[in-house]
Amino acid sequence: MSLLLGAVAYDPKVVTIWTGFRTWFRDRGVDFDYVLYSQYERQVEALLDGSIDLAWNSPLAWIRARRLARHRGAEVRAVAMRDTDRDLASVIVVRADSDLHTLDDLRGRTVATGAIDSPQATLLPLAVLADAGVQARIRRHDIGVGLHGDHIGGEREAARALRTGGADAACLIDANLLQFAREGVLPSGSVRVLGQTTPYDHCNLTAGPGVDAEAFVDMLLGMEYGDDQLRPLLDLEGLKQWLPGRTEGYAALDAAVTATGFYRQDGGIGATGYRP
Amino acid sequence: MPPVIDLEGLGLDGGAHLLIDHALAALRPGESLRVRGHHPALAVQLAAWCRSEGHLYLPEMTVVKGSADAERWAHAERAGQAAATVAERAKPEWGLAARGALVEPGGPPLDVDWAERDHVWADIAPQLYAQANANQWNPATAVDWAGPHTVPDDIEDAVVQIMTYLVENEQAALMIPARLLARLHPHYREVMQLLAAQAADEARHLEIFTRRALLYRDVLGVSGAGGRSSLQSLLDEPDYTLASFLLSVLGEGSFLDLLRFVQRHAPDRATADVTMLAGRDEARHVAFGVAHTAHVVRTDPAYLARLRGAVERRHSVLVDTAGLNKEVFDSLVVLAAGSWTPDAIGHGWRQVQRLQHTMDEGRQRRLEFIGFPADEAAEISALHTRNFM
Ligand SMILES: [Fe+2]
Ligand SMILES: [Fe+2]
Repeated sequence: MSLLLGAVAYDPKVVTIWTGFRTWFRDRGVDFDYVLYSQYERQVEALLDGSIDLAWNSPLAWIRARRLARHRGAEVRAVAMRDTDRDLASVIVVRADSDLHTLDDLRGRTVATGAIDSPQATLLPLAVLADAGVQARIRRHDIGVGLHGDHIGGEREAARALRTGGADAACLIDANLLQFAREGVLPSGSVRVLGQTTPYDHCNLTAGPGVDAEAFVDMLLGMEYGDDQLRPLLDLEGLKQWLPGRTEGYAALDAAVTATGFYRQDGGIGATGYRP
Repeated sequence: MPPVIDLEGLGLDGGAHLLIDHALAALRPGESLRVRGHHPALAVQLAAWCRSEGHLYLPEMTVVKGSADAERWAHAERAGQAAATVAERAKPEWGLAARGALVEPGGPPLDVDWAERDHVWADIAPQLYAQANANQWNPATAVDWAGPHTVPDDIEDAVVQIMTYLVENEQAALMIPARLLARLHPHYREVMQLLAAQAADEARHLEIFTRRALLYRDVLGVSGAGGRSSLQSLLDEPDYTLASFLLSVLGEGSFLDLLRFVQRHAPDRATADVTMLAGRDEARHVAFGVAHTAHVVRTDPAYLARLRGAVERRHSVLVDTAGLNKEVFDSLVVLAAGSWTPDAIGHGWRQVQRLQHTMDEGRQRRLEFIGFPADEAAEISALHTRNFM
């Protein structure tokens, strides 16, 4: 079995993680290697043209991969995900002392978001506003465009804009609500949650059309947090356990992608101003 | 009924996780904890926190304890049995953990060369370290720098030359413990502390000898190539115990007598002060070197042959060099003579002969203490460098 995985280099730690996993797999007789991409669009295209067998995909990359595959009459499969990729939520927060109390109050106000391609800090929370029929001024923070929101910078800037009065509301992933409190970007008690998304899923390991990754995935799912050699890698990658892939958690994002035209049904890029 | 924790108004952005962790500590993985509280964002915070900690969040504020924490510490071991017990072997995996601490596995192993107790230890190390701390002194105030300048010019020439020589020896004496301690496993903390104190002592010696040399002059004396070759051969010794033996037992041991000699013949208070202060520190350095080498020989008597081999090797490397440079030797004679009359110079010459004899006796005494028979101690002492250090 020989498998080549693609991952996006959103942080230097990606090299440590996948080099470590490569060693672990090779020690167990699996001819596994990885390549890095600077952004998700190129990685998805590589998965579809067969340059790589597996892609460690953002939720948005998963949606594009599936659309591209279906357009060609093929299928990609979400074969694994982290325990931390399940049931996330994004929140829309306002300053605790503001006079904004419902989503409706955001009509005509300024809402700070992450980058144009961030599912958690842009596409999903804006879909919540759209569903509520609220038209707001959007102030986007395009940091790390092409990384699909993996770079935390856009969200941090959105939080700062809220704090300093540059925006009336900000969109964040739930975990960053806690992270920014620790960092002092949004001190404890400084913000109020006005609305939130329904739970959604995040990254997955996507197998390209016709790729047999069953044995590989079995081994991946067998990785144990109690393994002293693996645990530092799992900590870096932000999981305790690999779980089988599931796709129900991408419905809301798929709908948002369709509604905004971010990708076309054939998988082409439709978003204006998106330059990964 | 699962236990309940009431967070009142505290959120997870304000420290509530401490209370939850505290409550979870009493549970086994798989058991549940109900969380109560009225922070408005508690549910969304709790779900995010559970995810990041590997607990399962069930809506309506229930935490099912995960196993990540138990797994993280499952193979943890202490860095040695207890803080007060020095292990025979220190594992690189203990890394920089405090002796006796519970060490989470998976950290980077420490890249050190010396991780065996008997290779670095001496039982007297903790006492010597305490003594080193108790005997710290301030170079600015411990020396009488402002005394009257009554030293004749040609005696001052000799003092400046001797100080110049002392400084280069102190530089070697600083670099060697500094190198040794960087390669030592910190589990042997007392030895590391002692070496650090020793390096700090030498740093001060550098300062006071330089300051004494420049007290009345702008220009230092000469540095001979032979003397520097001798010091280089000390720096080149890669083995911990052999380096400690050559430097502290033989070199600094001989220096004790040299410093006493300069102190006795000092033409002014400052010279007497600096040699007395340095000598006090050196006695400690020698004590550790002797105790450590004796410890190694006690655990492995065959080590005596390696000690002897190191001296012979160094001797053969240096056999064609000048050893002590002529300017230093002559300056010691002039210092002891105190003037340039033939009688005085003859007296000074005999004093320096006696100094060399005293050094030889001291070395033999220490070699015998370490475990050499008397005849062998005499042979080895005779092979010691002519450069004293
Ligand atoms: Fe010294
Ligand atoms: Fe010394």
